[in-house]
Amino acid sequence: MTLQTVLLVAAALFSVGLYGALSQQVLVMIMMGLELMINGLLLAAGAFWWFLNPTPTGQVLLLVILAAMTVEMAMGFAVATLVHRHRRSDMTDDATELAG
Amino acid sequence: MPDTAGDDGLGPIWVLPLVVVAILLALAAAGLDGALRARSSGRSALSGSASPLAEVARLLVQRRRRTLNRDPVLHQVGILGLPLVALLMLTVVPIGDRPVLDLPVGVVWFNALDVVVWAVVWLAGWAPNSDFALIGGYRFLALAMAYELPLMFALTAPAVAAGSLRLTGVVAAQGGWWFAVWMPVAFAVYLLGVAGFAVWGPLSAPMGADLAGGVLVETSGPDRLLLLGGRYLLLVAGAAFAVPMFLGGGGGPLLPAWLWVVVKTAAVLAALVLLRRRLPTLRPDRFLEVGWVVLLPAALVQLLVVAIVVGTSGGDS
Amino acid sequence: MTDVLFWSLSVVAVVAGVTVFVVDSMARATYALAVSFVAVGATLVLVGSDYLGAVTVLMMVMEMAVMAVYMVMFMGMNPALMPMSMVHDKRLAIAVSVAVFVLLSAGVLAVPWPSRRGVPAVDPTTELGRDLMGDHMLVMMGVSVVMVATIVAGLVLALHRGRYQRFGDDLRTRSGHPRHGGGR
Repeated sequence: MTLQTVLLVAAALFSVGLYGALSQQVLVMIMMGLELMINGLLLAAGAFWWFLNPTPTGQVLLLVILAAMTVEMAMGFAVATLVHRHRRSDMTDDATELAG
Repeated sequence: MPDTAGDDGLGPIWVLPLVVVAILLALAAAGLDGALRARSSGRSALSGSASPLAEVARLLVQRRRRTLNRDPVLHQVGILGLPLVALLMLTVVPIGDRPVLDLPVGVVWFNALDVVVWAVVWLAGWAPNSDFALIGGYRFLALAMAYELPLMFALTAPAVAAGSLRLTGVVAAQGGWWFAVWMPVAFAVYLLGVAGFAVWGPLSAPMGADLAGGVLVETSGPDRLLLLGGRYLLLVAGAAFAVPMFLGGGGGPLLPAWLWVVVKTAAVLAALVLLRRRLPTLRPDRFLEVGWVVLLPAALVQLLVVAIVVGTSGGDS
Repeated sequence: MTDVLFWSLSVVAVVAGVTVFVVDSMARATYALAVSFVAVGATLVLVGSDYLGAVTVLMMVMEMAVMAVYMVMFMGMNPALMPMSMVHDKRLAIAVSVAVFVLLSAGVLAVPWPSRRGVPAVDPTTELGRDLMGDHMLVMMGVSVVMVATIVAGLVLALHRGRYQRFGDDLRTRSGHPRHGGGR
């Protein structure tokens, strides 16, 4: 386990998530892609902290990433609910216009 | 590799005795519950106390029913999850003066595991492809939304007072007053949380009789035994975890520390079983409001009080 | 030992991540993602962040439990596997993500990473707490304000009825009709 190997795993997670976020049509599936990308970021940040500069400050960054994840999920669910209520659909292709 | 994991725990050899004691306690709790039920319906308490053994034997030989279009993989996860989570919770409870696994973040470990119960119960409800079971799963998530945050803050209070997330540290901080004595609100909220993740008593709506058993409805045979037994094991784990968190761990006169832990666990367990028959089952939608409007602020005020006490008495920093 | 653990966790994390977009069941996809998060949480514990690893598991399992509810709510599928292909621009997406992976790994392997400065604290959790309540108090306060704003904004977006529907214009009457939030 070295910095490079952990970062490679993180890059793999990020790329898989990117594929999902780009290719999925369902809003909730896109969010899962985004989550997976942030998952990779989290792992990379943890690796940087441990292998480069293990001071407390580095862990604060991980905490911020976790917070960003929750915000993304909460807002994603709220928007998905709103879109679903207004258009009876959860597909992004049906929500290309912003006008209600 | 950090040198923090499993510093001076008892080690994995002690998992087996832990499992045996936990199962015995779970059977005792089921026996007490059976005795109370028998007495309230006019039969002898003794015959009722043996009913769990008969039930175990019956479920072991019962045939499994399979529903159409179920998801077998996720069903297995849901069934095996409950007892597994309970045993993992027990690994951080100090037996005597040391737990099997002395994690530096034992409190968070317990908290993470009781969140895993969310997934497990929902999967057990979802996988059989049955309406009542799925509604049971949804009810559980609704209840969990209401009890989880108060429970988190109730777990935070002893950790703040002790200045440690390590269970042995929390026990060591209770040389004087037990935490249950001077943080009663946190203790009460914690016990309600235990009832929540064990799907027990007032929070048993996900497995309620009005849903013909809810999450349990389509599960039969040994699978049902694991679900029912998992509930009791979760109750045991919750009671056992209350001992280091709120009841001074193994502290007490005369008896050895490990015996005190068992005695205190049994006492909390008995209290939970006795209280169950006194309390009505709460409706999930109503409990949501109670959880967010009453329990959460109460737990936060309790945390504030604890923080002020720790801050003014010097604390550890 | 650590290496074996790390590699098995990595395989679990990546395979579960791929599984999310391969399986034919909403519930399986959601909980595959949860497994991926648990594996990353465990890896974080391996690299010394005990607390953050545990919190990752805690938060993400909770989120995935909620996610599964949304999945079923929007898509209404039964647990049996249903053929499900709701993708667009699949080939382009694969090309882009593979390119990104190649780019990232080239960077990872090419950059001369500096050697480690300093040693980790004996108890990183305590140090993190002191840092958050000391030098980085601003981060903590910022995060908490954002969290509160998220709760409010989420409710505003998602609610279709508020307390005026439940309690009337004067917020005193109790509607008896369940549709209007009464009957409680």
